[in-house]
Amino acid sequence: MPELNLTSAPAHLRHGSSIGQPLTRRDGVLKVKGQATYAADNHPPGMLFAVMAVSSIAHGRVTSLDVAAAKRHPGVVDVMTPDHKPQLAIDPEIKTNPFVFRMEVLQSNEVRYANQPIAVVIAETLEAATEGALLLAPRYEVLPALVGLDAGESFVPPVVGVGNPAENTHGDVEAGLASADKKIEVTYETPPQYHNAMEPHAIVAAWDGDRLQIDMPTQGLMLSLARVAELFGIAPDKIHIRSPFLGGGFGSKGLMAGPPVLGIMAAKLVGKPVKLVLRREQMYGPVGHRAPTRQRLRIGTDAEGRLTALDHHARTVSSTFDDFYEPAADASHTLYVAPAIRTSHDAVRVNTGTPLFMRAPGEATGSIALESAIDEMAWACGMDPLAFRLKNYAEVEPITGKPFSSKALRACYDQGAARFGWAKRPLQPRQMRDDDGLLVGWGVGTATFPALMFQAEARAAIRRDGTGAMEIGAHDMGQGAWTALAQIAADAVGLDIDRVTFKAGTSDLPDAGIAGGSAHTATAGAAIHSAGAAVIAKLADLATNDERSPLFGAGNAGVIARDGKLIRRDDESRSESYTEILARAGVAEVEARGTGAPNPAAMEEYAMHAHGAVFAEVKVDPELGQIRVSRMVGAFAAGRIVNPHLVKSQLFGGMIWGMSFALHEEAITDRRSGRIMNANLGEYHIPVNADVPPLDVITVEEHDPHVNALGIKGVGEIGITGSAGAVANAVWHATGVRVRRFPIRIEELLAQR
Amino acid sequence: MNHSISLTVNGARRDFVLDDPRVTLLDLLRERLHLTGTKKGCDRGQCGACTILVDGKRINSCLALAVSHDGADILTIEGIARGDQLHPVQAAFIAHDGFQCGFCTPGQIMSAIGMMQEAKAGNDPERIRECMSGNLCRCGAYAGIVDAVLEAQAGVDGSNQRRSA
Amino acid sequence: MKQFDYVRPATVAEAVAAAAQPGAVYLAAGTNLLDLMKGNISRPDLLVDVTHLDGLDGIERLADGSLRIGALVSNADLAHDAEFAKAYPAVAEALLSGASAQLRNAATVGGNLLQRTRCAYFYDTASRCNKREPGSGCDARDGENRTHAVLGWSESCIATHPSDFCVPLVALDAIVEIEGKNGRREIALDELHRLPGNTPERESALEPGDLIVAVRLPPAARGFAPHARYLKVRERTSYAFAIVSAAAALRVENGKIAEARLALGGVAAKPWRARAAEEVLSGSAPTADAFQEAASCALADAKPSGDNSYKIELARRIVVRALTLAAAGTPARIPALPASPFASTSGAMHA
Repeated sequence: MPELNLTSAPAHLRHGSSIGQPLTRRDGVLKVKGQATYAADNHPPGMLFAVMAVSSIAHGRVTSLDVAAAKRHPGVVDVMTPDHKPQLAIDPEIKTNPFVFRMEVLQSNEVRYANQPIAVVIAETLEAATEGALLLAPRYEVLPALVGLDAGESFVPPVVGVGNPAENTHGDVEAGLASADKKIEVTYETPPQYHNAMEPHAIVAAWDGDRLQIDMPTQGLMLSLARVAELFGIAPDKIHIRSPFLGGGFGSKGLMAGPPVLGIMAAKLVGKPVKLVLRREQMYGPVGHRAPTRQRLRIGTDAEGRLTALDHHARTVSSTFDDFYEPAADASHTLYVAPAIRTSHDAVRVNTGTPLFMRAPGEATGSIALESAIDEMAWACGMDPLAFRLKNYAEVEPITGKPFSSKALRACYDQGAARFGWAKRPLQPRQMRDDDGLLVGWGVGTATFPALMFQAEARAAIRRDGTGAMEIGAHDMGQGAWTALAQIAADAVGLDIDRVTFKAGTSDLPDAGIAGGSAHTATAGAAIHSAGAAVIAKLADLATNDERSPLFGAGNAGVIARDGKLIRRDDESRSESYTEILARAGVAEVEARGTGAPNPAAMEEYAMHAHGAVFAEVKVDPELGQIRVSRMVGAFAAGRIVNPHLVKSQLFGGMIWGMSFALHEEAITDRRSGRIMNANLGEYHIPVNADVPPLDVITVEEHDPHVNALGIKGVGEIGITGSAGAVANAVWHATGVRVRRFPIRIEELLAQR
Repeated sequence: MNHSISLTVNGARRDFVLDDPRVTLLDLLRERLHLTGTKKGCDRGQCGACTILVDGKRINSCLALAVSHDGADILTIEGIARGDQLHPVQAAFIAHDGFQCGFCTPGQIMSAIGMMQEAKAGNDPERIRECMSGNLCRCGAYAGIVDAVLEAQAGVDGSNQRRSA
Repeated sequence: MKQFDYVRPATVAEAVAAAAQPGAVYLAAGTNLLDLMKGNISRPDLLVDVTHLDGLDGIERLADGSLRIGALVSNADLAHDAEFAKAYPAVAEALLSGASAQLRNAATVGGNLLQRTRCAYFYDTASRCNKREPGSGCDARDGENRTHAVLGWSESCIATHPSDFCVPLVALDAIVEIEGKNGRREIALDELHRLPGNTPERESALEPGDLIVAVRLPPAARGFAPHARYLKVRERTSYAFAIVSAAAALRVENGKIAEARLALGGVAAKPWRARAAEEVLSGSAPTADAFQEAASCALADAKPSGDNSYKIELARRIVVRALTLAAAGTPARIPALPASPFASTSGAMHA
């Protein structure tokens, strides 16, 4: 473990409690000095370099590899192929639990998607390994590739997303449509997208006998540990994974994928530490992506603009060998009230790496279609799109009828609209121009994301020197766990944040659950909160049961922990420091564990979601069709905000992803070969700095007593939802052209001028 | 064929024999000199994570052969702070949260320093956005990056004013 | 990357001799070459490093009013040369609209002229590509080709030339100075790049060993400075190749266009000089009608090579806009977003 010197800059010291303070990142100094150690920065003695060779076909089999040519290259040490590799303890095709996905680790010559790993070259230098991989010059038996949303017979998947039913029905949609005063039927398409974290997937693996040391970015230390243990047939306690920093994950580093397993196998094969880093183009295959969708929405309204029916069907794809289904239509469950709602999914299988969770999986794809369709419906009704949304505001969760645990969406609409100046929006499209003659359009989208909780555990300690410790195998992929969780930890043990040693990011710490579903701060935070409460309770026991203590007889409930002291709740003049309590008790430290978990009773009773309203302004060149977002305002209500400084960044990031969804991102697949033709960062466009306008985020006050003890809902993904639709709707409002295929391309706006 | 190379890296002269002309400046820094602050995001000049200053100018070190830069003066993220004293751009990135995951950050900071030396963007946010567009940030920290550059630039402008006053 | 030998010649003559060998290529900044080598598209045996050669990195004004730009001048140094930007503003704007600041700092003038296409099928070594592998076929022709050529393409190749810099250069009659086995010669830039025909692998008029040592702008090129613009439509605001671009330069006398220069980028395997459109404009008033007519003329021979018929209409519109912007006058300072439709100094041209 690198020694982490985490601290806040003195200018940003807290006042009062840690939670809620806008602390700067405690890992900031390391990151700006280039001292934050990402996986590929490790270089154990004797380390060799491994480079994958990947398939250039999407379907078929490898018939030959020129291993001899690769081995002739100076510096090449070995070539790992299906015929020459360490044996795994279990078949990687076996799904031992729902969070295990099938991976390609040279178990056969079969090729099932383009960019699938087919061999690994290990060499003394990166240059030799890289060229060695090219020299393998694979030959293939090529089979026709299944490509696109119409590749084959469709089927209804058993579940979509993580265990959601593929179909949901509430009321009679056909009757609702039949009785509608106005109705629309519209179809939207969204493309395959790739996470493209700036940090390519990487692993440094080192075996020492049957012990295994791994440096690898992961959003799920314990899931990865378990998977490695079962694949290699070793006890979990023989494996140590370090993942102090992830260079972004966005879902692609959540579950163990094939490439890091290949790195571990390569290290075993050559008996030396091995570093394997994916080349950027190799990230377009074996490490997940967001599946394409085609979504048909049918919406009806009565004469007043109230929804009579909402029917949302999504077609998506999965791989030919595993199952993950983008739950796009489920976006219609929660936002707009209607007497009849139906959501349904079907899918086809294509020659692709298995799709996976990508930041707001289902919510993002579904949101851009739903929010666009709602806009189209509002226009059909001649209503302002915000007024239309308010008209159909859901006071209870539409699909279930459950009350919301909290929902400040109305305030989001109000505050966001006021900040944006929405009231001045002309109803008709193509009405506004700027001083340069550019078309200007305003759009709105509603944001929503479920407030999830997973399982986590934390260990807290209070030491006789008056310091505390909190340990949890949490993950910082940029969202700010090193800071936000340390803030929660500080409050949990009643200490100043700089007096608490906060440990995270390694697999020898208590299980923090997966950093996904926007639930990490809530889940890990709940565990920390509970561990802190438990350790304080132990400390309080020592004091209140000791007649020498000024707290004697106060009882657990009567004591609060603050600034390193226990204080009598009913008499703040009576207190005792942690140091005094522990010194008198002759104890070096007290420790306790705590857990965070969802509350099934609350979940049964309440629908739990974060909400938001995003307003976007775009400018479009009237003749040339080029689009630029000129400003965005997002107002979000997501329960308690642990660190407003970091939350703002998270929401900005999500809003930029939304913009990117509407205007930029698309993996272009050759429809004949199934190869991705822009598997790079030059032509797979993500926004650059010049694409991003001034952004404005409002965090709307929201107290939620039901989601978890801390009232946290999570902000990691909600920013994409709403934003993508807001931008798309603004493009329509600017141009009068409704584009139903994303990203919106220049040519679609050229037809009209 | 071996190639004798001499570079100045963060102020220190480094002489070595390069046994392979294929080594890029980026891979030289990361894998041979173990200066891993400079990051590899794409290796093809499309992301900017590998930005360093060579003879005072920001370039993508992934597309520069080390052997061709014999004699060059190289400045990396490891060479801009003075001990615990952060470079003003580094401090501004922290204050304005100009990063999340931090992976693009060394490249962003070196690019910002290079840009300020080029003195073409000044304190115009639009020019800063354009001039920083060679550095992708997938987390979407662009707003903080621009604010950080503005603050650092204000510091430079302030000290220039003081000097001329 | 394939193993290669590396030499650093001391003189241009040594360089030419070394590079004339089979399998040899010149290395300048390498921003395109290394990318191609990493992608296994180029596999040279010998790199002849010209970056250390003396005398190729100057910008000099010649006695006759020409400007001579050394081949090793970086894109950034040229664009930021105040005198250059004043005299040839469309060229400076084009340079600053290309790639990123980092790449512009490294990339050279000579290298920019010789950059290879961004056709995805050229880059994808598993695809058939007549340019990369003569006679193998063209997978772009029936592939994902919405950004491909609409002018001058052939059934063998529908790739485009990606340079921004070359577009205004070719409009301004730039001349390329070449040092070869038989000494120095010069050709018009318009003749440097070839259309694909049946031999798309032959991209330029250069022979083995030929080294571009300088680019020269003739005296007349300065005459367009008050009315010269470059405009580029792309799919993000910066750091993206052109879908279509145009350079327009006018010499306006007494309210009439005395002389017009027009070239298009992103539409063909070479920067596309639109001479017939220039003729249309010559002597006419700078009116919307004249610009429309010029645009129709410039694209008269265009035809889609795939899902890209929109590019023809887009190119017409860009021509009109670029001419309109040029007629309105060169801005005093290069806009914050060079060559962008969102350049804030573009004025209310399209109201």
